[in-house]
Amino acid sequence: MNRPLRKFMNGVFIALSMIATSLGLACLGAILWTLLSHGLTGMNLATFTQMTPPPGGQGGLLNAIYGSTVMTLLGIAIGSPIGVLAGTYLAEYGRDSRLSVLVRFINDVLLSAPSIIIGLFVYEVVVIRMGHFSAIAGALGLAVLAIPVTLRTTEDMLNLVPVGMKDSSAALGAYPWRTTLSVLYPAARSGIVTGLLLAIARISGETAPLLFTALNNQFWSDNLNAPMANLPVVIFQFALSPYKNWQDLAWAGALISTFTILLLSVTARVLLAVTHPERGSRQ
Amino acid sequence: MIGAAPPAAAQGETAARPDPGRDTIDNFVMTARNVNVYYGDKHAVKNVNLDIGRNQVLAMIGPSGCGKSTFLRCLNRMNDTIPGARVDGLITLDGQDIYDRKQDVAQLRARVGIVFQKPTPFPQSIYANVAYGPRIHGLAGTRGDLDELVQTSLERAGLWDEVKDRLSQPGTSLSGGQQQRLCIARTIAVNPEVILMDEPTSALDPTACAKIEDLIDELRKNYAITIVTHNMQQAARVSQRTAYFYLGDLVEVGPTDLMFTNPQQKLTEDYITGRFG
Repeated sequence: MNRPLRKFMNGVFIALSMIATSLGLACLGAILWTLLSHGLTGMNLATFTQMTPPPGGQGGLLNAIYGSTVMTLLGIAIGSPIGVLAGTYLAEYGRDSRLSVLVRFINDVLLSAPSIIIGLFVYEVVVIRMGHFSAIAGALGLAVLAIPVTLRTTEDMLNLVPVGMKDSSAALGAYPWRTTLSVLYPAARSGIVTGLLLAIARISGETAPLLFTALNNQFWSDNLNAPMANLPVVIFQFALSPYKNWQDLAWAGALISTFTILLLSVTARVLLAVTHPERGSRQ
Repeated sequence: MIGAAPPAAAQGETAARPDPGRDTIDNFVMTARNVNVYYGDKHAVKNVNLDIGRNQVLAMIGPSGCGKSTFLRCLNRMNDTIPGARVDGLITLDGQDIYDRKQDVAQLRARVGIVFQKPTPFPQSIYANVAYGPRIHGLAGTRGDLDELVQTSLERAGLWDEVKDRLSQPGTSLSGGQQQRLCIARTIAVNPEVILMDEPTSALDPTACAKIEDLIDELRKNYAITIVTHNMQQAARVSQRTAYFYLGDLVEVGPTDLMFTNPQQKLTEDYITGRFG
């Protein structure tokens, strides 16, 4: 290929990829702009201090924000120990054993499984047996979603710890459990915490698993054994309603959860960029 | 010391050197007899017989891939962690088989410490790095004992004066040479009998390297030391005995001054005169 043609083709491909990039960015910008402009008009102090209102009434999202926070934290509290420990097994003990290969494969499937399937699963296993919707069922659904994310990041981050460090610990006469607790976890701490933040970001926006498990609640409830309000389902319900005040609150809720997730993701990325420069740009 | 009889091969072979590949000594702490190491199908170390003497430095030299590091790692069973690695033959420490089924590997590694090529301080403070081993093995009863143990270890590693005012800073904040001395202090802290060193200076600049060499000579008073090195001048400077490995064979072993002035084997001569390797 001669030189001018090569330069021309180069220019074409750069232009195409730049157009694609700007299209993507434009969509993202438009979404954020719509969210901001609609969300801010619906948002005021009452949004954070009052319960979800009846149609046409005055109210806020306090019960939904509370419910989302509780179920997300509970979900991560149940899911992340399983994920972290399983990730530790894969990175430190199982390695290439047949069980590890199987676990890794299933985890990949779980990672990309539609969340509505997870919702149905928890509905089938927990809600039907308990006989009613409940916050604990919602938290379990979110926990199932959090497991594959924390498992994967834990394994990846432990694999990044230099082998020499592990060998040095073994060379001083430490048993593997001691090495894992005293050397590997501290060395991979920021990465594992990043995984937790990403998992929180992932599950805090999920609607489908909660729709089948925690359902929703128009009132304040801190009973884990009863249906609990939460942002995603409230947004879903209010946005589809014909009432102006509900629609406004749906926008406000969407804005709140989007920015919470944005904040978590940025924090995770910054944390990773500071401590693992080579990983910060990806993930 | 446990009064175990030395293995048969060690007796009566010290005077002359009938077989240059089987030089043995009287005052040994570790012995290796007919040691073979396989990585899967690869025969990495072939029938090696070697003693490690008390209060002296044994240098193991040879071209890359000659099995010297592999052999070194057999001496405190670091090869156990490598899948597919197999060791046969007899290796003893104070007369006891270290590959015996009853041998606790963690205890063995406390008695035979190892320092690696790249300094690998743990992501902890300088103090915690040195205290790591003693804490695992419960070597210090009180906080005061531990403080003292950390100080003596750092002093013996020649690092105390440089770090005494910043013991709580992370180990990674030190320079490369200091980190390596920290790793040596960390190894000394569990009070081993033997210290293995796998190219301990090859990642360091010449000044740091010289400090480590001085330190090795100093440490010889209290420990048996075995060092793998690519640097023949280093072997000549720090060791009392030198072993030359080639393609998994122990070609020749003997007093360092003799090895470098009057090698018995053509292969050794070719290597130390720089004809290959």
